[in-house]
Amino acid sequence: MSSPATSLPPVLPPALPPIRDEYERPLEPLGELVFEAPLPFGKRLLAQAWLRKTLIALVLIAIWEIAARAVDNDLLLPTFGATFSAFVQGVWSGELLRKTAVSMSVLLRGYLLGAALAFVLTSLAVSTRVGRDFLSMLTAMFNPLPSIALLPLALLWFGLGTGSLLFVLVHAVLWPLALNTYSGFQSVPATLRMTGRNYGLTGMRHVLLILVPAALPSILAGLRVGWAFAWRTLIAAELVFGASSGSGGLGWYIFQNRNELYTDRVFAGLAAVIVIGLLIEHLVFDTLERVTVRKWGVQH
Amino acid sequence: MVANPTLLFPERNGQTRGATSERLLAVENVNLEYRTRERIVRATHDVSFDVYGGDRFVLLGPSGCGKSTLLKAVAGFIEPTSGRISLDGQTVRGPGADRIVVFQEFDQLPPWKTVLQNVAFPLRVAKKLSRAEANERALHYLEKVGLASFAHAYPHTLSGGMKQRVAIARALAMQPRVLLMDEPFAALDALTRRKMQEELLRLWDEVNFTLLFVTHSIEEALVVGNRILLLSPHPGRVRAELNSHQYSQDSFGRGDFQRSVARIHHLLFEETEAAQ
Repeated sequence: MSSPATSLPPVLPPALPPIRDEYERPLEPLGELVFEAPLPFGKRLLAQAWLRKTLIALVLIAIWEIAARAVDNDLLLPTFGATFSAFVQGVWSGELLRKTAVSMSVLLRGYLLGAALAFVLTSLAVSTRVGRDFLSMLTAMFNPLPSIALLPLALLWFGLGTGSLLFVLVHAVLWPLALNTYSGFQSVPATLRMTGRNYGLTGMRHVLLILVPAALPSILAGLRVGWAFAWRTLIAAELVFGASSGSGGLGWYIFQNRNELYTDRVFAGLAAVIVIGLLIEHLVFDTLERVTVRKWGVQH
Repeated sequence: MVANPTLLFPERNGQTRGATSERLLAVENVNLEYRTRERIVRATHDVSFDVYGGDRFVLLGPSGCGKSTLLKAVAGFIEPTSGRISLDGQTVRGPGADRIVVFQEFDQLPPWKTVLQNVAFPLRVAKKLSRAEANERALHYLEKVGLASFAHAYPHTLSGGMKQRVAIARALAMQPRVLLMDEPFAALDALTRRKMQEELLRLWDEVNFTLLFVTHSIEEALVVGNRILLLSPHPGRVRAELNSHQYSQDSFGRGDFQRSVARIHHLLFEETEAAQ
């Protein structure tokens, strides 16, 4: 058998690079070289998130206004102008503010109660195995259950009033927040946990001083989701059974005005919900993020 | 165990230096195990060694020899299945502030605390110092590692080497009985690593702490340590205990240094080499 290698040209040794001279070069002073230059004005302006968002809002408002004028029916779709004047009028007369205050006070109580319960549940879950099973079973059972579905039951147990609202609010906030907080606790790096234990921290002190700050990105995400769920649930619940003891909230305001066909006021009520949502999102949660997780470089 | 080291090292009697230090940390016939989902794996088998006050004691071995597990057991994070680990004659039970660990990972610094707060925090929670005292001591040790001007920076703005310096400052500020270092420079680039080894030796000269240091680098072991415990892998067993106090950063090119490297390499890998 003839080897195919014999027909190939002989293998040459690989060519080596030439040996070159060494050299050293003293660093000369840089002189007038410019290291940093300011960004152009336009780019700096567009770097501002609030400006970009305001532009988006203006575009949306313009689309709304055009659509409303095309439909030309105040009962179905009032213009932005009409809604705005109804909103200003509602604020001026104090009615909208009063309703908002009623909603907010219930909302905050329910939210804080739900957050406290979520903290207790997750603290138990990270420290004991039974607590972990308890939390995972409860969240699996109750998280998919819409709060509004519990409202008839709540009305039966707590009657027409704040008690029922608080009950459904706690339900709306507790499970998403507990889930997020717990997953945040679980994703704390093992090194950081060991560091905490190395300092001799145990139990509640370990949770509060190490786990909570380390899991803060997840906890904040949970607080945001919980806040949105709470708002939805509250407005929906108020739409269902309206006023408690004569002073209804925003949902009641929307419902009442729809009955009386003041569509512009219905829109003003919805706008109030949106405005509060935006304010809380940007003033409270964004600020919280800026002074914590962004400053610490754990979230960008 | 021999209580008197001079029986083991009679030549030390000829030394002109003053009294020798006492035995500080004793690891006696320690077996360590960890469990995976299917099985129990023995990490170290019948490991014994003694660390004396002021030692720079190095645990050296290839990956899988259980050296990090051993360090975690000394730190109290893992309990030995048998054998005894004792510090000053007291059996180690659980983690404590008398054995501060410098980990390899950069995420050992809580990111929500500034450099100064990071160093001062354990002083406050474990040593119960007042805020002013803790800050003062923290600043002192930050100066020692050359980071006083970064006291108010957050960890994410620091480079890897600087983060490890903060971790070292934090550990030294706690003035632990023994400082435990788990491959602290392994995640650093080679140039920074050399610099950090130098600084660690300088700090040891200044502060005179006791160090238990884990590494997989033979050169690092020879430079950093004064005594080296060689561990064989799967499971970790003691292969040898060697002296390396004669070497420093400047010994790299020396013949005896190179011979020591070759000797350790031979001790660690002779079986696998013989098999080939």
